[in-house]
Amino acid sequence: MLDPEIPIVSIVDLGIVRDVSADRVLLTPTYTGCPATLVIETMVRAALDEAGFGDVAIETTLSPPWTTDWITESGKAKLKAYGIAPPTPAGTHAVECPQCGSTATEEISRFGSTPCKAQWRCRDCLEPFDLFKCH
Amino acid sequence: MASLPPIDVPTGATGKGAFDSSAEEARSVLFETLLRLGDDSLILGQRLGEWCGHAPSVEVDLSLANMGLDLIGQATHFLNAAGAAEGRGRDGDALAFHRDVLDFRNCWLVEQPNGDFAQTMARQLLFSTWQQLLFERLTASTDETIAAVAAKAVKEVTYHAELASEWVIRLGDGTEESRRRMQDGLDWMWRFVPELFEMDAVATEAAARGIGADVVAFRADYDARIAAVLAEATLAAPKDQRPILGGRRGHHGEHLGHLLAVMQFLPRTYPDATW
Ligand SMILES: [Zn+2]
Repeated sequence: MLDPEIPIVSIVDLGIVRDVSADRVLLTPTYTGCPATLVIETMVRAALDEAGFGDVAIETTLSPPWTTDWITESGKAKLKAYGIAPPTPAGTHAVECPQCGSTATEEISRFGSTPCKAQWRCRDCLEPFDLFKCH
Repeated sequence: MASLPPIDVPTGATGKGAFDSSAEEARSVLFETLLRLGDDSLILGQRLGEWCGHAPSVEVDLSLANMGLDLIGQATHFLNAAGAAEGRGRDGDALAFHRDVLDFRNCWLVEQPNGDFAQTMARQLLFSTWQQLLFERLTASTDETIAAVAAKAVKEVTYHAELASEWVIRLGDGTEESRRRMQDGLDWMWRFVPELFEMDAVATEAAARGIGADVVAFRADYDARIAAVLAEATLAAPKDQRPILGGRRGHHGEHLGHLLAVMQFLPRTYPDATW
């Protein structure tokens, strides 16, 4: 199932699904106030019903808190292909422009179109892009 | 024959005619603590939402809306937990939309009007720096919900504090006008800081039980952080004025009533409205 706000990565790729067992699915929100949380729960419920698992419970946990470290490698590759720079742990390496690969990039705004993204700009190809914030 | 309303059985009732008041006390301290945390986040989140569509630039608009969203997310968790602790069937929405001004437990700082952008950033710096230090400690709370929300939210609040610091520095060390406005904003908000560090009976009891934190313990750290930002912003720390206290006991300024009128109008007028 795809994320409602970044419809290119699955909620498993994003690390939102923490555990799946025979009787429950455990979810965690990315951000405390992420408005997609309820939508995701509704989508999971619909998918479970459709697959004939009407009795499976959906639980939400805050602990341990979600981190971008949980985004899978395939999830990061998909984000990049979609034009969103995947998160890079602070201080490790520079943010790479998802369009041209240049690391001559700068932050425009700490917050972007959703709580999990920041707005950046590439100084080489001059394109603005979203950066999935390290969190 | 009309039946009498059901009698509330107090939490401490043993069922053998005895009453253990300690359970009731524990519940009330937890309820009050969660209300304070939730109301701070709720009211500031609502204030930031007032900027939506009015900020100086689209990037700033997004920043303010996203911070507001983080805060309202915190408030939802804290107030739902407060409703559960209270045990009278109220959830976070009931507490947010169906309480009157005297029942709110937020500090005075968060209810202060937005003013101009500089005044909003002054409020954000003073509050988010405090909330960050508080949440760092609350991650060790013996209450599972408080610990989990604090651990989750501290990362977001760290971002808020950084963003506010950057703006305070940029405006303070900016043009003559931006500097004047930044200083004015700071002067407005300054007198509401001492309330953040008040340890009244509830806060003291909450800290003793391990659910709350001793805010006085990080006062020096807070002062040092604020002083560092103001120094870089080339701003003067305002003179200490007579502090205004009482928000935690339901004493609020006239501004809060107006905020609540806007926030509560719809759910009170149309109680069954859904999206
Ligand atoms: Zn580029």
